[in-house]
Amino acid sequence: MMEIGLNHYLVLSTILFSIGLVGVMRRKNLLMLFFATEILLNSVNISFAAISHYYGDLTGQMFAFFVIAIAASEVAVGLGLLIVWHKKHNNIDLDNMSTMRG
Amino acid sequence: MFEAVAFYLFAFLTIAMFYITVTTSQALYALTALAAGMIFISAFFFILGADFLGAIQIVVYSGAVMALYSFGMMFFDTTREVKERQGNSAVVLGLSIISAILVVVIFATPIISDNITALYPVTEGAGNTQEVGMVLFTKYLVPFELAAVMLLVAMVAGIVLAGKKMDLSLTLMKEHEIRMMREEDKNKKVLS
Repeated sequence: MMEIGLNHYLVLSTILFSIGLVGVMRRKNLLMLFFATEILLNSVNISFAAISHYYGDLTGQMFAFFVIAIAASEVAVGLGLLIVWHKKHNNIDLDNMSTMRG
Repeated sequence: MFEAVAFYLFAFLTIAMFYITVTTSQALYALTALAAGMIFISAFFFILGADFLGAIQIVVYSGAVMALYSFGMMFFDTTREVKERQGNSAVVLGLSIISAILVVVIFATPIISDNITALYPVTEGAGNTQEVGMVLFTKYLVPFELAAVMLLVAMVAGIVLAGKKMDLSLTLMKEHEIRMMREEDKNKKVLS
């Protein structure tokens, strides 16, 4: 109980990942969907750092760095697209983005 | 002892913050809760001895990403309540539990098989930042440069997408100029 092992961190990461998944599935506003995506990426980062620590290997931390870089660029491009969509249609709800459904 | 106390404290705080982010109907509450959760996550990195990663987490997430989100939220109408999707909540819950179990299995499978050896073992007598530098600039040099180019492309894309008409300032324009601009926009929308 008092000794924190690798499994503790993996369980925490899984809990956070499922919170993010629930957010992705029940949100309709696209900005909220982006927040849930950030939660998903962060939970994976925790497990990368934990595995890196408990195996004495730095590769996990390297992957966490690249995940952070990808998350930053995803936010920049995604928010730009979202602003363009909002200027054109005046809302950012997912249900209105079904013009390509056919 | 201290490690356990810190772990459980920050685990509780992080889960609470992210739960607020996912469930609240106010966009501003979600943003602030997300920023707090990011800070609490960096505590885990400090506990795990990944000091550099923790600093990067604070700088990038609660600095850059949160600033980007708060600037983006100025464009959106954030005061109104966020509407939720009306769906079968039991299906959503079941799906997320199943996918979470799948993720655990995916992560646990290579750990159970004891074939893992450290490719880049921790160097004795060097700080975490020094070790990260040594690995990042030898083995991971090409992905590092690619990440730099990707960030540059993302910056250009963000400026091009969000920066249209930003050279015009509504506060410096005369009243009739603004009205003319609005009417031009309306005509464009009718034509397109």
